[in-house]
Amino acid sequence: MYSEKVMEHFSNPRNVGEIEDADGIGEVGNPVCGDMMTIYIKVDDGRLSDVKFKTFGCGAAIATSSMITELAKGKTIEEALEISRDDVADSLDGLPPVKMHCSNLAADGLHAAIEHYKKKQESQ
Amino acid sequence: MDHGATTKPDPEVVNAMLPYYNEFFGNASSLHSTGQDAAKALNRSREIVADFIGAKSDEIIFTSGGTESDNLALKGIAYHKKNAGKHIITSIIEHPAILNTCKYLGETGFSITYVPVDDQGLVNPEVVAAAITDDTILISIMHANNEIGTIQPIKEISKIAHEHDVLIHTDAVQSVGKIPVNVDDLGVDMLSISGHKIHGPKGVGALYVRKGTRLQSLVQGGAHEFGKRAGTENIPGIAGLAKSVELAKERLEEDEKHLTHLRDTMIKKLLDSIPYSYLNGHPTQRLPNNVHMRFNFVEGESLLMMLNIKGVDVSTGSACSSKSLEPSHVLMALGIPPEEIHGSLRITMGRENTMNEVDYLVENLIDIVKKLRAMSPIAPKD
Repeated sequence: MYSEKVMEHFSNPRNVGEIEDADGIGEVGNPVCGDMMTIYIKVDDGRLSDVKFKTFGCGAAIATSSMITELAKGKTIEEALEISRDDVADSLDGLPPVKMHCSNLAADGLHAAIEHYKKKQESQ
Repeated sequence: MDHGATTKPDPEVVNAMLPYYNEFFGNASSLHSTGQDAAKALNRSREIVADFIGAKSDEIIFTSGGTESDNLALKGIAYHKKNAGKHIITSIIEHPAILNTCKYLGETGFSITYVPVDDQGLVNPEVVAAAITDDTILISIMHANNEIGTIQPIKEISKIAHEHDVLIHTDAVQSVGKIPVNVDDLGVDMLSISGHKIHGPKGVGALYVRKGTRLQSLVQGGAHEFGKRAGTENIPGIAGLAKSVELAKERLEEDEKHLTHLRDTMIKKLLDSIPYSYLNGHPTQRLPNNVHMRFNFVEGESLLMMLNIKGVDVSTGSACSSKSLEPSHVLMALGIPPEEIHGSLRITMGRENTMNEVDYLVENLIDIVKKLRAMSPIAPKD
């Protein structure tokens, strides 16, 4: 059912954890649905210097959140906002149709973290 | 450890089938000797299956499996008795073969009552009794649940059914071959059996129909199966089913003991060593080979995949693992919160599983749950 890339990210997820003094946190999904992701970002000079994730969810959920941290790390805010739902799925060599909502969630989680960061900047 | 899904055909079963492909391939309805050899096998198989459940030969109808048997029982009675009544009672934790057939009947002029279960998955016979009306023609309650293994009080329910002159069917697909099943002891009028759950072949099963119980056939054509199920008989499959039943008869007592021991050891070890872990279903009124647990803060498909990487096959009630993305209807019926249902695992063992394998699963599951909880945003920080 899953590609080799998905299995690789599932077995060896990158960037698992929390960032204590995160500049932005995006929380998406909810445990009632069976899928929840929290994405943490650290921003230095307009770039995502660190990205971490925590996920409650299926194989695809773990793989997509791992992949999104890999795609986002080192990018500028603008570049990170351009990372789309399809980018995540494509980077994993595709997902079964029923699992596409996981790649959506991962992208949404990253964008939510960036929005949170932006809001924090505005209020300062 | 996913025998609830399907089982490996026993080598003796495969050997019992081959002659009916290679040599005795006749049509059992043919009058020549090639046909008659097939007919003999058919009759012998019928006797064997009947004997195993305490029935008579002519009370066994061979079908393509549990699903067809369930369909035949429900629709066969519904269509035959529709002038007498249109109400059917079943439980909310039945297999989809019963639930979706009931749903279909409900949409085509019948009314269905789905009785609830308690938090261990047990049907209360009193609740069934209270649901019976003058319009009720059939009660169908599964003998043992395929997900959580809970064994229902069929004997009591049958008594109630007959007190009210209502027919009773039980889907015994998961119980036959694992615990003693006798149609007079249970008191049922109809009972469904499936080959591939008891180390027999896929694509074959049977429906027991008590003498005097009339039902309409679903598949019309030739006069096969006492006019109840047309179609040239699947002699190899039927011979395989009969062999699997013979083996189950020999092995049942020993297997029951062995599996119960493995089951109870696994449950105790898991509950003792993994915090926030819970057993789903009844602790003792349960199939001997069924362990069904939930682990908070982690998700079932992930658990399953990590166990699979370690060489262990199990299944889960998580929504993410189902084609419909709905969580298990059985676990919902127990009143378990959805977020906990997602963390469930079903482990169904077979006679060839060993205590070493139980220990292997337990050790690996402890690590896997730890690893997934470390990744989980909802796990408590311990």
